[in-house]
Amino acid sequence: MEHDPTDPIHQFQINRIVPIRIGDWDFSFTNSALFMVLTVAITAAFLYYTTRGRGLVPSRGQSVTELTYEFTANMLRDAAGPAGMRFFPFVFSIFMFVLVANLLGMFPYFFTVTSHLIVTFALAMLVIGVVIVYGLMKHGLHWFKLFVPPDVPAMLLPLVVLIEIVSFISRPVSLSVRLFANMLAGHITLKVFAGFVFSLGTLGALGILGAILPLLMVVALTALEFLVAALQAYVFAVLTCMYLNDAIHPGH
Amino acid sequence: MTTGDDQSGSGETGRRTSADPQGASPHGAGPQGAGDTAAWDARRGELDRRLAAHQARRAAEEGTRHRSANAQGMAEGLKLASEFVAGIVVGAAIGYGIDRLAGTMPLFLVFFLMIGFAAGVRNVLRSVAPKPAPSADAPPPRPREDRES
Repeated sequence: MEHDPTDPIHQFQINRIVPIRIGDWDFSFTNSALFMVLTVAITAAFLYYTTRGRGLVPSRGQSVTELTYEFTANMLRDAAGPAGMRFFPFVFSIFMFVLVANLLGMFPYFFTVTSHLIVTFALAMLVIGVVIVYGLMKHGLHWFKLFVPPDVPAMLLPLVVLIEIVSFISRPVSLSVRLFANMLAGHITLKVFAGFVFSLGTLGALGILGAILPLLMVVALTALEFLVAALQAYVFAVLTCMYLNDAIHPGH
Repeated sequence: MTTGDDQSGSGETGRRTSADPQGASPHGAGPQGAGDTAAWDARRGELDRRLAAHQARRAAEEGTRHRSANAQGMAEGLKLASEFVAGIVVGAAIGYGIDRLAGTMPLFLVFFLMIGFAAGVRNVLRSVAPKPAPSADAPPPRPREDRES
């Protein structure tokens, strides 16, 4: 490996593991794809394994799964009402995927799936796509009342509707950019401070003494990153619920 | 008359001299007072030390609480900032797209940039506004709360 070991960007590089080409398209199985598969496999395996016993008195693992289930269910019910519960599998899948992907990224040498904008943007577009398709299916053209706030003077209406439409389009952008930026910035900061430890450590005895300070910083940042990983998954899921609420109850 | 004056004057001086020995203040307990001060100093030193330790512990606790509050505030701030910026970026992108298609370069870009600004403000206001009731047409979500209140 000839790359600089302290390079903070190297961890985000995508490598082809199994190169696949179909025509002009590159369908290679990359490290990003590998960790997406891992995320799904770990989530499914954990949920299956812990709920296998179906004990009336839950075991430790089963109660973790039940807590996650109830947490997500309450979140969805609070944001979208009982009618939103039909989207529970969708919201739960997204929440678990983002959460497990974020936490998997905290392992050293692991790839962080959610630190790529295209992945988070695809998730956000999936959410908005569901909102639009379901909203149109359920309410037909009445769904567009979402863009017409009540009690607006007729003269201002075109302007307000335009603003509402732009505001709606900006939702997937802010949803995806927030998750991506948090994960990217956190991992780069962590790597930069770890790089300080490495560079100072190569300077000799005094350098090793000086490396203690960034090392303490890395420990603190790691704790913060775990918080951010869980918090961003929660924020993503909560906003998904709120957007789904718009699909179920437009005009609020 | 003059003898009376003399007598009165001598009487005054006599009274003054007799009052003099009473003016000396009684400072008798010298060695006992020094021991008291030493004991007080020791106690004050002990108290100072305990106070300093307590304050250090308080400051450390305050520091950690402050830091976690900072982290939460930063997360909240980043959330609002991304909402706001997303509105502007989407507005600019729409305006630029229309201009590229219609060939009216700065016109729609400027217009939609302003619309995007307004949309960004709308996003921020919506996300800091108090949460409205989830639905009107649905049955009340949690009857348990109603019973309690």
